[in-house]
Amino acid sequence: MTSTILEMRDITKTFPGVKALSNVNLSVEEGEIHAVVGENGAGKSTLMKVLSGVYPAGSYDGKIIYRGQVCHFKGIHDSERLGIVIIHQELALVPMLSIAENIFLGNEHAKYGVIDWNANETRTAALLKKVGLSEDPKTLITDIGVGKQQLVEIAKALSKEVRLLILDEPTASLSEKDSQALLDLLLEFKRQGITSILISHKLNEVSRVADHVTIIRDGQTIETLDKSQISEDRIITSMVGRPLEDRFPPRDPKIGDTVFEVRKWSVYHPIHAERQVIKGIDVTVKRGEVVGIAGLMGAGRTEFAMSLFGRSYGRRITGEVLLNGKPIDISSVGKAVEHGIAYVTEDRKTYGLNLIDHIKHNITLANLGGVSRHAVIDDLRELDVANDYRGRTNIRSSSVYQKTGNLSGGNQQKVVLSKWLFANPDVLILDEPTRGIDVGAKYEIYTIIARLASEGKAVIVISSEMPELLGVSDRIYVMNEGRMVGEMAASDASQEKIMRAIVRGEKAS
Amino acid sequence: MTTETAPTPQTSVAEDVPQPGPRFAVSALVENLRDYGLVLALIAIMVFFQFTTGGTLFKPVNLSNLVQQNSFIIVMALGMLLVIVAGHIDLSVGSVAGFVGALAATMMVIWPLGILSNPLVVSIICLIVGGAIGAAQGYWIAYHRIPSFIVTLAGMLTFRGMCQALLGGGSSVGPLPDPFKQLSSGFIPDITGSIMLIPPVVNAAGKTIVGSGLTLHSTTLIIGALGVLAYVYFGLRARRTRERHGYEAEPFALFAVKTVVIGTLALFLVYQFATYKGLPIVLVVMAALIALFVFITKKTTIGRRVYAMGGNAKAAQLSGIKTDRLTLLVFINMGVLSALGGLIIAARLGQAVPAAGLGSELDVIAAVFIGGASAMGGVGQVAGSVVGGFIMGVMNNGMSIMGVNVDWQQVVKGLVLLGAVVFDVYNKNKG
Ligand SMILES: Nc1ncnc2c1ncn2[C@@H]1O[C@H](COP(=O)(O)OP(=O)(O)OP(=O)(O)O)[C@@H](O)[C@H]1O
Ligand SMILES: [Mg+2]
Repeated sequence: MTSTILEMRDITKTFPGVKALSNVNLSVEEGEIHAVVGENGAGKSTLMKVLSGVYPAGSYDGKIIYRGQVCHFKGIHDSERLGIVIIHQELALVPMLSIAENIFLGNEHAKYGVIDWNANETRTAALLKKVGLSEDPKTLITDIGVGKQQLVEIAKALSKEVRLLILDEPTASLSEKDSQALLDLLLEFKRQGITSILISHKLNEVSRVADHVTIIRDGQTIETLDKSQISEDRIITSMVGRPLEDRFPPRDPKIGDTVFEVRKWSVYHPIHAERQVIKGIDVTVKRGEVVGIAGLMGAGRTEFAMSLFGRSYGRRITGEVLLNGKPIDISSVGKAVEHGIAYVTEDRKTYGLNLIDHIKHNITLANLGGVSRHAVIDDLRELDVANDYRGRTNIRSSSVYQKTGNLSGGNQQKVVLSKWLFANPDVLILDEPTRGIDVGAKYEIYTIIARLASEGKAVIVISSEMPELLGVSDRIYVMNEGRMVGEMAASDASQEKIMRAIVRGEKAS
Repeated sequence: MTTETAPTPQTSVAEDVPQPGPRFAVSALVENLRDYGLVLALIAIMVFFQFTTGGTLFKPVNLSNLVQQNSFIIVMALGMLLVIVAGHIDLSVGSVAGFVGALAATMMVIWPLGILSNPLVVSIICLIVGGAIGAAQGYWIAYHRIPSFIVTLAGMLTFRGMCQALLGGGSSVGPLPDPFKQLSSGFIPDITGSIMLIPPVVNAAGKTIVGSGLTLHSTTLIIGALGVLAYVYFGLRARRTRERHGYEAEPFALFAVKTVVIGTLALFLVYQFATYKGLPIVLVVMAALIALFVFITKKTTIGRRVYAMGGNAKAAQLSGIKTDRLTLLVFINMGVLSALGGLIIAARLGQAVPAAGLGSELDVIAAVFIGGASAMGGVGQVAGSVVGGFIMGVMNNGMSIMGVNVDWQQVVKGLVLLGAVVFDVYNKNKG
């Protein structure tokens, strides 16, 4: 009784200098969850943008057949009219508008141009209920977490009578719990007959919910697996082109004296001056050690790291930072960088990249001194550096002159990482370093982390993926609501232990 | 025009790297379409006015006038480019220029300052005052996050008011001393002596039978020739180093055409100047400043930081760039250049008038946007702004000669600005 809802045939899409897709085929059955996986820059997002009309008909070659009809979408309005709704990799909500305003943006219930807010809010409440949110429709988007924002995006899709829902890495920045909720929602939609296309680098999620998995590599379809064939290893082999023996590189930690120490760190919220966000934290990192910080979304890990790094977050910051036993002043980013401290942000678009400039300029930005003499930049040295790091972190691009705004999400992440590697820090704080990164590239990043540690640097890794923390760290701190609620050697840590520490912390506060 | 082609390492492993050859040449051409387009537009506009003005445009006298009347726009556009790239705007430049011109005139003519009223001393003081004005405005923008639009709108009103107050209502102050006027109306001395092209032969009745008696300003010719040679030499050398390091340079044909077109144009203009009184001093000042700002924006870390800040201020800050201080510097620079613009205007008029520089902020901003800068910040080139400034200048001059009414001149300039920006946006969406 299954019928094909969508067929994409021989889709080819080129950008100047790059063939992003070449003869890609994708066939999706009515009412299934169809996963699309592949390495960073493989062309997944591009394929979905072709499907939803972001790239209009004529700008690509090939055929889209949706519910038996050949479609030529000129824009997303055309595809939305037929019930195809895409939720992009980067959320597109307006932060200072309410949930209701966002959901009906451009589609407001209105009479003679006057918006009927009551109708909008009642409908919003009903939609929110469907996605399992109990927020007031008047709540501003900035006041809810990313997990809930993602659900609001889905509620917005539901408001458009969706038949085919496309989700591009919806769980990349969600906690495990929020991800579960989202995937359950997809399964619920499936029961209601809504078809979903899911793009994700979290292969465990894919294997849990997908009915079919299509694998794309270098802009080409490799194969489509059905339910019985789906396993993480099988997918990886097909994605990378070879089996991946280990998820983490082997390490032989040589841990020395304490290099970096934070004492009684306390930070208040930048706007709500009464709210204490970080409540007197102590952290130490030794030479050659990789320290993980675990915690749930909103535990205050990013706030902690950013407040440390040149007071880039918060107010009324107190506490002490010691480098090699001596107190240091890192009250500005410049000073922090001078002391050899680097922070790789979790939010690459807002805090990490100059999207309108190319890879080369982005990589050297934090260490212009390294490519210049007397403040005059040596072009060729800069070019060498950029090419070197492009190779080392395996950034896929036409050249180092590709705009970072045109890179795939995972490759943007690698540019941010390269920028800080080139700054050659002694203490490196990595905030969700593998968000949106494919399995193969994750391994490369873990290798880089391991190498930095073996060179005697101190590395702090903040991550919401517990297997990752367990795999790369030597020691793990557990953070909850601005406090450290646990500390354990990675060798005797486990997901359960970390969760228990969090729950204990919650009870204590 | 400066172009940055995308050289690619020949050792690259990626297969999607554009290969050298005709396809690469075409893509390099397309990528820099805007740069070439702008120069071609300038040439087209020049040719157009050359015809419509019956050949007056390129007459040596007129070229000198053109430069002397419009150089202040280009000088100020250099500062405005950085302001706009940094993600800001400065509406006060016309008023600041007017105020500084008034201050200079008052100091030289009215106030009994003795030795301090020497034109050189006054000019230096005025540039410092300009810097201070820039700092005062920049302070609010950089450290208190007041939008530059508002701060400089306030500055525009304030300094126009102060200009008029200083001049005592509607009156003008002058005449300014001759050495000062040299800044705008002077020409470089002919240290190598003039040469006569074909000596005239005069008949008994005192009538010239052959020979134009055309004398050429040889220093001008020498400077021009050296400049063009240096341009070709550095262009070739940059290519050579690039290739030695294993990077592909832009296709040779493209490079050659570009160099020949620009070189010929430059030589032609220099020759025209040589047939008149030589290079105007203000042109030399302007050229030196252009070279300086090309260098700053392309080669120095501070230039790079301004672009990074305009592209994404938060990311720049988190990369260790002191964005507050940098913003302040950008406005100080703008203030100094506005002051210089004011001095040039006063020197040309030979007096300070209450309306000096009135409305020129719009020409300056238009020049930068015609030159391809983005109102969002982070994008823009010195060379583009200079060409944009010349486009405005040639249109001003050409339409004045044609006798086009000032009102209609505004209309045309407005449409050209809109056209240039629309072209940009269209180009970007297509790419
Ligand atoms: N506007 C653009 N201009 C030029 N190249 C582009 C543009 N958009 C995408 N690309 C290129 O197309 C390729 C595919 O990108 P795409 O975003 O589809 O990858 P992806 O599979 O979604 O990767 P990720 O998992 O990292 O999100 C990449 O090499 C990218 O650099
Ligand atoms: Mg993607």
